[in-house]
Amino acid sequence: MASAEGAIGAAGHASSESGVWSWITTVDHKRIGVLYGVSALLFFLLGGSEAFLIRMQLASADADLISSGVFSQLFTMHALTMVFLAIMPLGAAFFNFLIPLQIGARDVAFPRLNALSYWLFLFGAILLNSSFVFGGAPDAGWFAYANLTSTTYSPGDSMDFFTLGLLVLGVSSLAAALNFVVTILNMRAPGMTLMRMPVFTWMALVVSFLLTFAIPILTVGLVELLFWRFFDMPFFSAEFGGDPLLWQHIFWLFGHPEVYILILPAMGIISEILPTFSRKPLFGYTAVVFAGVSIGFLGFAVWAHHMFTVGLGPVAIAAFSASTLLIAVPTGIKVFNWIFTVWGGSVDLRTPMLFSLGFVSLFVIGGLSGIMHASPPIDRQQQDTYFIVAHLHYVLFGGSIMGLMAGIYFWFPKLTGRMMGEGLGVIHFWMMFIGMNVTFGPMHLVGILGMPRRIYTYSESSGWEFLNQLESMGAVILAVGMIIFAVNIFRSLRNGEVAGNDPWDARTLEWSISSPPPVYNFDAVPVVYSKDPFWDQKYPDLAHDKPPADAVAPVADDPASIHMPNPSYWPIVVAFGVTLMAGLVIVNPYLAFIGGAITMMGTYGWIFEPAGPEEHH
Amino acid sequence: MATHSTTAPHEGHLATTTGLDHRKLLMWTFLASECLFFGSLIATFLLFKDASVSGPTPQEVLNIPVTSTSTFVLLTSSLSMVLALAAIQRGDIVSSRVWILATAVLGATFLGFQVFEFKEFVDEGLKPSTNVFGASFFTLTGFHGAHVTVGVIWLMSLFIYSFKSKDGIPASKSLDVELAGLYWHFVDIVWVVIFTVVYLISSLE
Repeated sequence: MASAEGAIGAAGHASSESGVWSWITTVDHKRIGVLYGVSALLFFLLGGSEAFLIRMQLASADADLISSGVFSQLFTMHALTMVFLAIMPLGAAFFNFLIPLQIGARDVAFPRLNALSYWLFLFGAILLNSSFVFGGAPDAGWFAYANLTSTTYSPGDSMDFFTLGLLVLGVSSLAAALNFVVTILNMRAPGMTLMRMPVFTWMALVVSFLLTFAIPILTVGLVELLFWRFFDMPFFSAEFGGDPLLWQHIFWLFGHPEVYILILPAMGIISEILPTFSRKPLFGYTAVVFAGVSIGFLGFAVWAHHMFTVGLGPVAIAAFSASTLLIAVPTGIKVFNWIFTVWGGSVDLRTPMLFSLGFVSLFVIGGLSGIMHASPPIDRQQQDTYFIVAHLHYVLFGGSIMGLMAGIYFWFPKLTGRMMGEGLGVIHFWMMFIGMNVTFGPMHLVGILGMPRRIYTYSESSGWEFLNQLESMGAVILAVGMIIFAVNIFRSLRNGEVAGNDPWDARTLEWSISSPPPVYNFDAVPVVYSKDPFWDQKYPDLAHDKPPADAVAPVADDPASIHMPNPSYWPIVVAFGVTLMAGLVIVNPYLAFIGGAITMMGTYGWIFEPAGPEEHH
Repeated sequence: MATHSTTAPHEGHLATTTGLDHRKLLMWTFLASECLFFGSLIATFLLFKDASVSGPTPQEVLNIPVTSTSTFVLLTSSLSMVLALAAIQRGDIVSSRVWILATAVLGATFLGFQVFEFKEFVDEGLKPSTNVFGASFFTLTGFHGAHVTVGVIWLMSLFIYSFKSKDGIPASKSLDVELAGLYWHFVDIVWVVIFTVVYLISSLE
């Protein structure tokens, strides 16, 4: 910490390249992480604004602020934006920034592929949102159930933007997932066995495998939807022997693993934060890891609980009800391990810790309502009511977003070299915590009272108006909280207290290097002897797994001799080609060959580009 | 540390945690993902194979002798792929080129069969939009054909690339061919499943 000033200076020097071009061609995992994070926060703002408009419309009975058509676009795009353009890429931002730092690597396995993932995400997101300008956004819900998506009921281009935008985003996610699988399995520092990996990295590995197996399923569904709409191939047309339920099966077979794709990064984040601010190792590391892995497996066995009311028959319903209840076991293991981690610790309630505790408490509420509608008879009552909206926001907002916010406060010092303001941070936390409960808590009640989801207005006689007013006031609190968050970020970037390498007295490898880290991350590739390598290095007396007596400290490489991969513009060219191809399909499928040609050219440019300077020995 | 290199190393230079080259691990993971892709398409086909409300039915259009021939051609290409990789690893430039080209030609021949088959089906009144059998059949086999096409382009690129130097593709770069081989064998194995499920089982009764 004494060298804090020097560290910032050195890092500034190490990543001295600046300017727009250096960001467009960057293949540095930390910079790509920043690109992901900033883009995701902007889309979070967009999705939040859409939700805010929804809440304003519903604040009073018989309101006509927004037409029913626009309302449908808003709730559809709110969900798509939050799921695909905010939470997933925020997770990807943490994966990018942290995985190499936590496993002691100097970059990801495929730096250019990493850049490609980002640009595909950005372009895919723009393609999806451009529908607002070109004749209206998708309005069939984020789940896009067939028949709503048929050319009869969605005659315009809006659903094509949905299909093609999501296809592009899927390629992005798949490329990122493959990259992280290889990075985590193959680039760990010497001594970092799988069971010594930080829990965040473990959860990133599980998420990457989930994406690897879930994205292709969605791709098939989207392709069938596309062919149905464009070429009259009767996949979902019951009158030709097609099956609208096929879409539901495919969508939720992707969609339920997707839920864990959204929550597991946050679970990984708080599994790093709770031990740090309790000054104890994580309770039951092995159990937490295996619980995460089994959540991943079970995630593929529960999809039909989204379909209890479609008439699957008693056997299927019973089986999926049982598998859904089973999910509570590993999730419960995690929750208890977090509680036992904090239990008896010397707890330091800094902002990241507040958000993490917020995560645990809110996620438990969401988890409990989840168990409720794992029971088919109860689900029949709750299906398509605001009770479900309450549940999913407790797990995705109270869970994912709280966890990701905790991560932002925790690693902001590592990323920027400066602390985030503690005072504003605490206010931000309480605004979010209170605002979230005021917004989504009453939805449980109004749902049980029978208010359906996705209706653009309701009559005064329904008796739902007061609770809806309350929810809309909660949304205002949340909006103010977000403004405080934004102010805090900008103030901290300029005037934040200088952080130093290890402001939280933390446990994992990323805290052993300067803040921000040099381009090459580690001048000496660390050797790992335990689960908390940096903690054990700082406090050898407390270490469980000590280095052997004859252990040799790793030798630092001369920074000038460390070769980092060259910047490349081919990733953005390929991403542009792919997205152009997708976008042109909407105009005319034959024009898509233009995009295909650019993709092809970019791919060959990519393949024959020298990866980096030749090694000299 | 023995090496300063960080990423995408020349194969064999950097010790990875698993001992597998990054690119090989990437390919295996990608192929795992592809299993779910084709799995979903095959599941769609199985759901729809007898669900059409109007013909033609699978039994009416499927031509098992012709497709058996094209299957034989495709499976033979797996053999030539193995021989191509073996030739590179022992430094036999001429036969490596011959076998890579042979694999690509066999793949292209399979694609020729597929074009012929699709045309026959359309002539017999089965278009992708005719019924759900047509929709799921053309989507599944069409995507498989697209994968073979990518493989043929990949192999031809390797073939042309081998003439950049008079020494062909050196044994130290055999992974470039091995990766294409992994992909190629996978696409062949998928075809074995498709041939069994779509052709043999669906043509019964």
